[in-house]
Amino acid sequence: MTNEQMTSSETESTTDQPAPTPGTDSLADRGDTEGEPTTDRTILEARDLSVYYGEERALNDVDIEIPEKQVTAIIGPSGCGKSTFLRCINRMNDLVDSARVDGDLLFDGKNVYDDDVDPVALRRKIGMVFQTPNPFPKSIRDNVAYGLKVQGKDDNVDEKVRTALERAALLEEVEDQLDSSGLELSGGQQQRLCIARAIAPDPDVILMDEPASALDPVATSKIEDLIEDLAEEYTVIIVTHNMQQAARISDKTAVFLTGGELVEFDDTDKIFENPEHDRVEDYITGKFG
Amino acid sequence: MAADTRDAPADSGFGQVSRTKDVAFRLLALAATLVGIVSLAALLANVAVDAIGWLDWGFLTSPPHPNPYEAGFFPALIGSIAIMLLIALITFPVGVGAAVYLEEYANDGYLTRFIQLNIANLAGVPSVVYGLLGLGLFVGLLGFGYGTVLAAAFTVGLLILPIIIIAAQEAIRAVPDSQRQASYGMGATKWQTIRNVVLPRAMPGIMTGTILALGRAIGETAPLIMIAAPTTVFGIPNSLFSKVSAMPLQIYNWASYPQTEFQYGVVAAGVVTLLVVLLTINSIAIIIRNRYQQRT
Repeated sequence: MTNEQMTSSETESTTDQPAPTPGTDSLADRGDTEGEPTTDRTILEARDLSVYYGEERALNDVDIEIPEKQVTAIIGPSGCGKSTFLRCINRMNDLVDSARVDGDLLFDGKNVYDDDVDPVALRRKIGMVFQTPNPFPKSIRDNVAYGLKVQGKDDNVDEKVRTALERAALLEEVEDQLDSSGLELSGGQQQRLCIARAIAPDPDVILMDEPASALDPVATSKIEDLIEDLAEEYTVIIVTHNMQQAARISDKTAVFLTGGELVEFDDTDKIFENPEHDRVEDYITGKFG
Repeated sequence: MAADTRDAPADSGFGQVSRTKDVAFRLLALAATLVGIVSLAALLANVAVDAIGWLDWGFLTSPPHPNPYEAGFFPALIGSIAIMLLIALITFPVGVGAAVYLEEYANDGYLTRFIQLNIANLAGVPSVVYGLLGLGLFVGLLGFGYGTVLAAAFTVGLLILPIIIIAAQEAIRAVPDSQRQASYGMGATKWQTIRNVVLPRAMPGIMTGTILALGRAIGETAPLIMIAAPTTVFGIPNSLFSKVSAMPLQIYNWASYPQTEFQYGVVAAGVVTLLVVLLTINSIAIIIRNRYQQRT
């Protein structure tokens, strides 16, 4: 969060009061970034973002600013709303009938919940990788080309497929079998295929919902290496329940705790070494969750 | 399973538990299974024996004749196949369309549930009622003509449409949601998702259901009688508005002839032909299903 934006939002909410001291704000992360370099461009920003499933509140007034071309990890116990937050970003929650979203979510400064935003067009800029590898029962080539096909990017498909597979660190393993079914690959390869599919149309942001939770340790470590590489070109937001994983691969970490509250958001090192909040420290050190 | 129903071993040192009821129930269940299989086998054997000497190439390729030794099944066989193809052309797109709407587009509201309930009910309506509907709607109101290919196909098509819709819905519902999510996540529209992901994956199930429904349609007699399809025609249909007969109608007609040659030999030959066509259709459905299961 940049200092200018912080100041302006503080002034709006507490007109007559002096700005509260950093760390006492209920949303906590405000002010934590003071003294940090603020040159990172913000690509995604949530303001008072809440999500309800029917009567139940799954996300509670989340404010966060996610920097471009970095890995942002979202951690927290089960049911804390971390997947819900992820699915808000590309409006996958629209597919759930009972879901309702309050507040603003700005992508490149534009609120994605404005009436004039087409969720299908939005999802073409924000790719997604799911918890369980879900390749289509099609050839490896057709899997990777799927986004290109539905988005009408029909030129140089073969080249783009190879580039995507290469970036997903899968090309070497599958080069000779591009026409065989994606389902014949191992679980870890399938997940890298899904990553290749997500990056083939060259989105701006890649969302990953616990992408390694269904994989063995070797496959997991390959995916982790891959994610760090991807951050050179893409903004990666990854939900994980594995704290070591978040510590290993992310630049920033957001900690959600029960009730859909974002308790702390800061540089990953800071979160894991010296968190501001006792609840976060308890969670990180395994006292609950 | 078998181990549990064996007689308990003697002198085990732990005492014995009676297996009398186990054994009795096992025999009872076996008997229940055999009733179906044995009676079907008896029927098939009986008909097949009667058909010997009657079912030959001449029977399959000749028109009906008052002399049982020259009677043929050709117009009814072709009539049935023609009706069947037309039914497939009519019901497949309508059935799949309805299923896609109900599964992918419709909200889960009262109206949807009401439609759903009615489709299930329609699948159980007696075929003679569909015959009446066909007579009133297709023959009377729309003027397709008494006993024409078109009237027969629409009437019987309507009869199996609910079965096709339900089968297609089940096939579409069986497509894992993760596949749809993957597609939407790539920025695909609903139509692109249905066309590229849902339908290809559901198609073998839809095909199986449709073919099995056609198998049911081929045996239908009552609706054809209601729309006044002739029991006997001598030529094959040459247009949609030709009068047409079908295999079960022709068999029904022969069974009412006084000569025993008709009642046994010719009818049996007709029944065997009908069953062979039916079993062929069902085998195709099974082959499609197996091929699909191997692929995934």
